[in-house]
Amino acid sequence: MSSVTAPTYKFSDQFFAGARACIPVVISVAAYGVVWGVLARGAGLSILEVVLMSGLVFAGSAQFVALDLWTTVPASLPIGALIMAALIINLRYLLLTATLRPLFRRDQQLKGALLMGIVSDETWAMTVAEMARGRGTIAFLFGGAVLAYVCWMATTVVGHTLGSFIDDPRRYGLDFAFTATFLALLLGMWKGKFDLIPWLVAALAAIIAARLIPGSWYILIGGCVGSFAGAVADKVRHVD
Amino acid sequence: MLTSPEALLAILGMAIVSFAIKAGGLLLATRMPQHGFGAAWLRHIPSAVMASLVAPAVVGGSAAEVVAAIVTAVVFIGTKSLLAAMALGVGTVYLMRLWLGA
Repeated sequence: MSSVTAPTYKFSDQFFAGARACIPVVISVAAYGVVWGVLARGAGLSILEVVLMSGLVFAGSAQFVALDLWTTVPASLPIGALIMAALIINLRYLLLTATLRPLFRRDQQLKGALLMGIVSDETWAMTVAEMARGRGTIAFLFGGAVLAYVCWMATTVVGHTLGSFIDDPRRYGLDFAFTATFLALLLGMWKGKFDLIPWLVAALAAIIAARLIPGSWYILIGGCVGSFAGAVADKVRHVD
Repeated sequence: MLTSPEALLAILGMAIVSFAIKAGGLLLATRMPQHGFGAAWLRHIPSAVMASLVAPAVVGGSAAEVVAAIVTAVVFIGTKSLLAAMALGVGTVYLMRLWLGA
């Protein structure tokens, strides 16, 4: 236990404290990474594309959704839909990174903005928990973020390599891995019965859109309509 | 196949919007909707997107997918393990398809 509310602190102490605090959540990052790598192989991404996407995009849920939109024929790759999906799925980060603002002084905004590139849900959660205890520093966030980033890169590559032993995913039921993974990710987001309204509206809108509109736009349609319904329901319940 | 110009463009585009949003949240912190309708809408987006991904795949398939989805959900709720839920869901769909001949 160190008192970090002091204006100066040792960078390396806080860096390693952040990394250490994030070890439990990084284990789940590793599990997600292996699964994503296996699915990426099945979706037709090359090892180079896996490295580039994990390294540059670095956003788990957006990367999972991207696999659903991905095509093996470059000419038919839905570039616009992929970028739109990443945009919409990552919109939540506007709220998450905004809460990290107190860590940065007025003259540290550029440094802060660059660091946000490797922030994930997990390291954000650990850092705001630390901030809530009156601690939390830029170095703490940086330590956790670097550990999660390295781990995500490594495990997605491992997953892709393991996936190369599986030639026809459908034959082993592996096409269902997408659906099963998304379902588990969804259930992990459950906070209470008020989640039922946005989830059911999203599911229904997606099912209808999938029947009426070709391509993968049903994901974005369901996502927007369902979350809108959730916001309306919150307003009716007066919890916003 | 290493990569293609289309794939590079898609990945770069995804990277730019993802980074812009993450950096934007920090830089625009004082102007973001902290409360109210806009904040509630943003908060519901990730789970609504996940629900939209799952529902058509379960409803549009055979009985195998429906049973496997139930198994996946039960395992995840019981174990909280993504890997276990996925593995048993995949195993169930494999066996159900063999059984149904689908």
